[in-house]
Amino acid sequence: MFAPAPFLLKDTSVSQVMTQVCIALVPGIAAYAWLVGPAILVQLVIASLAALIAETAMLRIQKKPLAMFLSDGSAIVTAWLIALTFPPLAPWWLVATGTVFAIVVAKHLYGGLGQNPFNPAMVAFAICIVSFPALMSQWPSVGLQLPLVDQINVILGLAPRVDALSGATPLDAMKTALKLGEGSQDVAALLANQDIYGNFAGRGWEWVAFGYLIGGLWMWQRKLITWHVPLAFIASLVAISGALWLYNPAQFASPLFHLLSGGAMLGAFFIATDPVSGCTTPRGKLIFGAGAGLLAYIIRVFGGYPDGVAFAVLLMNLCAPVIDLLTQPAIFGMKDTGKGDRS
Amino acid sequence: MITRDEFNTIAANGIWKQNTSIAQILGLCPLLATTTNAVNGIMLSLATIIVMAMSNFAVASLRNLIPHEIRIPVFILIVAALVTVVDLLFNANLHELYLVLGIFIPLIVTNCIVLARVEAFAAKNPPLQSTFDGVFMGVGMLWTLGLLGAMRELLGNGTVLGGIDMVFPSLQPIQLLPESYPGFLLALLPPGAFILLGCMIAWKNWMDAKAAERARLKPPAPVASAGCH
Repeated sequence: MFAPAPFLLKDTSVSQVMTQVCIALVPGIAAYAWLVGPAILVQLVIASLAALIAETAMLRIQKKPLAMFLSDGSAIVTAWLIALTFPPLAPWWLVATGTVFAIVVAKHLYGGLGQNPFNPAMVAFAICIVSFPALMSQWPSVGLQLPLVDQINVILGLAPRVDALSGATPLDAMKTALKLGEGSQDVAALLANQDIYGNFAGRGWEWVAFGYLIGGLWMWQRKLITWHVPLAFIASLVAISGALWLYNPAQFASPLFHLLSGGAMLGAFFIATDPVSGCTTPRGKLIFGAGAGLLAYIIRVFGGYPDGVAFAVLLMNLCAPVIDLLTQPAIFGMKDTGKGDRS
Repeated sequence: MITRDEFNTIAANGIWKQNTSIAQILGLCPLLATTTNAVNGIMLSLATIIVMAMSNFAVASLRNLIPHEIRIPVFILIVAALVTVVDLLFNANLHELYLVLGIFIPLIVTNCIVLARVEAFAAKNPPLQSTFDGVFMGVGMLWTLGLLGAMRELLGNGTVLGGIDMVFPSLQPIQLLPESYPGFLLALLPPGAFILLGCMIAWKNWMDAKAAERARLKPPAPVASAGCH
């Protein structure tokens, strides 16, 4: 539905698409809730409420019809992506601030639904990780089993935030150990000795990634997204991580570890595929996905942040208009010059 | 001499209508870098006011002697000499603040506002008017930078007037928000300055639009009342 003309399919409404995206997120959310407990569901509610309030306020200021825009569900999708990318025990105001910023600044100040050059959820993540780096890297430690009441108390700030609650993400732990070890640490030994690592990647987190993969494949099967962006994202992530892993398996984790860690799967299927801030031409989508995968790997392995997917997607959002311009497909009946149609 | 009307026009232009920061959007580099708190923004603006008043006066006085073809280098020489004076004064008297503002005091030379006022106003108008123009352009910059700095430090740290002890050693910054405020670092970073400046520009445009609407609805004032002072 987001391809250049000619259109053959009947246009699906925005709200139908957004509902299906939410459904596609369910397997991932279910695995997430099984891993860290119901805190994530609380965060989803907080983010959704913040998004709806911010959306209502912005629509009222602009005197746009409330019912039509509130029910399209796009704010809810943004809110859910924010809740899923923030640490599950983050204080409520952190998630709310991120969501309000995404809706007000990243979405409405740029013209509202369909006009935003940057993915709102990733803007929220970037803003918060730059502004509150400590809170944004407090991920729950492995095997943390807190009752729901305690989890809610931590989120609402009624209970103190104890250090024992949080640990590094598997991705971050791997990077830190390798950097501090300066060559003395071995990926295989790290994977075998530390219990934050599971069968393929982070213990438990790998199943969350599988959940996103299932949801993403379902979206592809429903033709909500095309295969271009996720495949290019995954292929370029596998290519760069595989090349470095083959070069030095002791210092670089395997492609499987990278695919199932951090936000790679969520990014490949749900974030980089955003039709508004991404590319629209098929070739453009391939470039967009490949660029995002490559940048995500570079930032997460060589950069200072725990994961690179958010910044990678934002950087590619910046390039998307130019990529689209240079990859216009040939007009039907015309010869493809390979340079794109710039008229 | 200067008439009251001329004075009012110059003041209104500098403070609101042609405000350097929110109407002409000039001098963004010092604006982004120094408005991490109100004191830094105000002190840089004060330095700019001194430079602008003196350079406008100097250029307006010499305007008939400066050959038109080489006026820009001459203007820059005058401005640079005055900035050096202000730079040395800051270094001697407000040394701590001088270290904070750092390169941005010498950089007043290259601030487009200074050269813009010299070229657009002082080179064509008498010294008195030009001096007032420099002062009021600076006052416009002062309140915008002060307000922007206050908002940024309030959002970023929860304080206002941070760094006031560098100017008046007896005063302390005021903690407005509770101690537990986590600090929204983005407000202190350049993107935060851009976003807040954007909000201020939007606010000015909104006020202007409202004023224009009022003026449109109000019947035009009788012609006879104009020019009675």
